[in-house]
Amino acid sequence: MEDLVKARIKEVLKGDQNAFGEIIELYKDKVYQICYRMLGNSFEAEDCTQEAFIRAYVNIDRYNIDRKFSTWLFRIATNLCIDRIRKKKPDYYLDAEIAGADGLTLYSQIPSSGLSPDKKVESMELQDHIQQEILNLPEKYRTVIILKYIEELSLNEISEILNLPLGTVKTRIHRGREALRKKLRHI
Amino acid sequence: MGNQCDEKYVEYMHEYLDGDISIEHEKELREHLQTCSACKKQFEELEKTIALVQSTSHIQAPPGFTEKVLKNLPKEKKNVSIKRWFGRHPFLTAAIIFLTLMTTSMVSSWEQKNEQFTVTKHPDIIIENNTAIVPEGVTITGDIVVENGDILIAGKVEGNVTVINGKVIEEKNGGESYLASAGEVTGDIEEIDQVFEWLWFQIKSTMQKILEH
Repeated sequence: MEDLVKARIKEVLKGDQNAFGEIIELYKDKVYQICYRMLGNSFEAEDCTQEAFIRAYVNIDRYNIDRKFSTWLFRIATNLCIDRIRKKKPDYYLDAEIAGADGLTLYSQIPSSGLSPDKKVESMELQDHIQQEILNLPEKYRTVIILKYIEELSLNEISEILNLPLGTVKTRIHRGREALRKKLRHI
Repeated sequence: MGNQCDEKYVEYMHEYLDGDISIEHEKELREHLQTCSACKKQFEELEKTIALVQSTSHIQAPPGFTEKVLKNLPKEKKNVSIKRWFGRHPFLTAAIIFLTLMTTSMVSSWEQKNEQFTVTKHPDIIIENNTAIVPEGVTITGDIVVENGDILIAGKVEGNVTVINGKVIEEKNGGESYLASAGEVTGDIEEIDQVFEWLWFQIKSTMQKILEH
């Protein structure tokens, strides 16, 4: 697959947009997945995924063809997500517990879209719950957990994507795992 | 971590989960987990956590995503769309290439000619300071072409006179007529000094040559 991707990129470098369309087709789900798990809403995730591809296209001449394309693309996507998370820092956090309401967060006050809670399949609720706990992680742990367990990338690839030493990636994964364990162990 | 054991066991757990635990550490961890229920519980919770995270269904980009992105990409480099257009119109492409080559070669030869004074070779024509002179009493049979210079006709020319980038000058010593009084040209006189006219002249003479053959 890397060979096919590189052949297409050479065409993109000559300026052929149609070849870039094939690249989008190949990676859109993975990039969207990263953005969705990082940002937690489908509208923002789509916007961010789109921006990632446009940036990749505009800067394609900066891509080193000897390296894995997905690594470069995922780096663009994760950086964009992290930027957005840092920028939007709201005045209050949805997951902050409401004073006096034991264990209740603002999330539980927002009606979830679609099916009413009692009709929702139990597994759907579980999925939402897990997604919510991933979103509650500090962004530096969230990123590595998503890349490791949802994108199923190797520690070395993650270290390249995030431009962090392998040891740092490991530490963050360990802490992320511990943080999630404490949230999810009662399920 | 909620238990009193040596921190190293938690380290080993993570090494194990990362898939880079050494054989010795793994052995040590296994032995410890068999005797310590707190650590065993923590280890199982970690494994369960990973399984839960991995169980979240894989979602897909919304439909029509690729088209939307392509529409929002900055305009592709011009040369590619031009190339694509040429690919679709081979005949026009050939015509354009032909015309381009014709025009550029002719213009460039016009520019070259601009630099150099030339006159149709004839033993009786005298050349003086970029001026060709047909002396009095001389009759020249055939056409004369002068480029980048003038011609003064005092004698007789039996043929056409063409001057490119120059003119047919009047008699220097005060002649009133267009030609020197004694001068006579039996054919046409033509002065050319525009690229366009010159091109036309080139094409005409090329065509004539082709027709003659």
